[in-house]
Amino acid sequence: MITEFTPLTSALGGMLVGLAATLLMALHGRIFGATGIVGGLLRPGDRNDWTLRAALLAGMVAAPTLLLVLTGQMPQIQVPVSTPAILIGGAVVGFGVFFGGGCTSGHGICGNARFSRRSITATLTFMAGAFLSVYVMRHLIGA
Amino acid sequence: MRLLSAFLIGLLFGTGILIAGMANPAKVLNFFDIAGTWDPSLAFVMGGALLVAVPGYRLVLGRPKPLFEHGFQLPDTQRIDRPLVLGSLTFGLGWGVAGFCPGGALPALGTGRTEVVMFVAAFVAGLLLARFTRSLVQTRLQAA
Repeated sequence: MITEFTPLTSALGGMLVGLAATLLMALHGRIFGATGIVGGLLRPGDRNDWTLRAALLAGMVAAPTLLLVLTGQMPQIQVPVSTPAILIGGAVVGFGVFFGGGCTSGHGICGNARFSRRSITATLTFMAGAFLSVYVMRHLIGA
Repeated sequence: MRLLSAFLIGLLFGTGILIAGMANPAKVLNFFDIAGTWDPSLAFVMGGALLVAVPGYRLVLGRPKPLFEHGFQLPDTQRIDRPLVLGSLTFGLGWGVAGFCPGGALPALGTGRTEVVMFVAAFVAGLLLARFTRSLVQTRLQAA
């Protein structure tokens, strides 16, 4: 499936994400990591922490509705893979990010933004993993 | 105030992710498919994010404390260990299979699409399985 090259909207979206990460650090003193938000919600500890994560998640989930109101349409989500691929891939992602300590948001944006050696290593590694599995899935197995 | 601010920051993050195309698996997978239908857009997402976050973090972390809290919560370890590398490699392999990453899937949940709900459910299951695995290994190590 061919997708359109969108350097401008992608850079604009990225800048909003970078702004959100900066604001969360400025106001709440925290790294914006999707893994950390979900992981923390699954382990109710400090009540203040839990409600903060729940509010972040609620805001994220509300985003498609905001776009629907602003632009009149839902964001485009095209899924070119099978249901088993989504389920197996999802479980593998969850297992991996737990041990890796973060994903594209926590390591890829926040960690790299403060030049953390761990995050730079993690980012290069998960990008390499994704290149490898897309190559295998699309060109060797030919799914 | 504190929770409203977190909600709005989450909304900003989610809107950015959706505009950027990070929540669209077709676009994400094409970024990694250099040998096929390559779409380099996602490089611009990370570029744009870092363009703001690098100076933003520098400015913010130079201040004594965040507005609503007593201090910044930053990871204190700098060690590059096996869990970091193997875990990240595993994440990448799964990302290339499913096309969603956690930061892309959470905002996409709001569309109510079945594929997103399935991915997030499987992601949570994987996270819980990893947590269980680690506690099992730690118990074994303590017993040995």
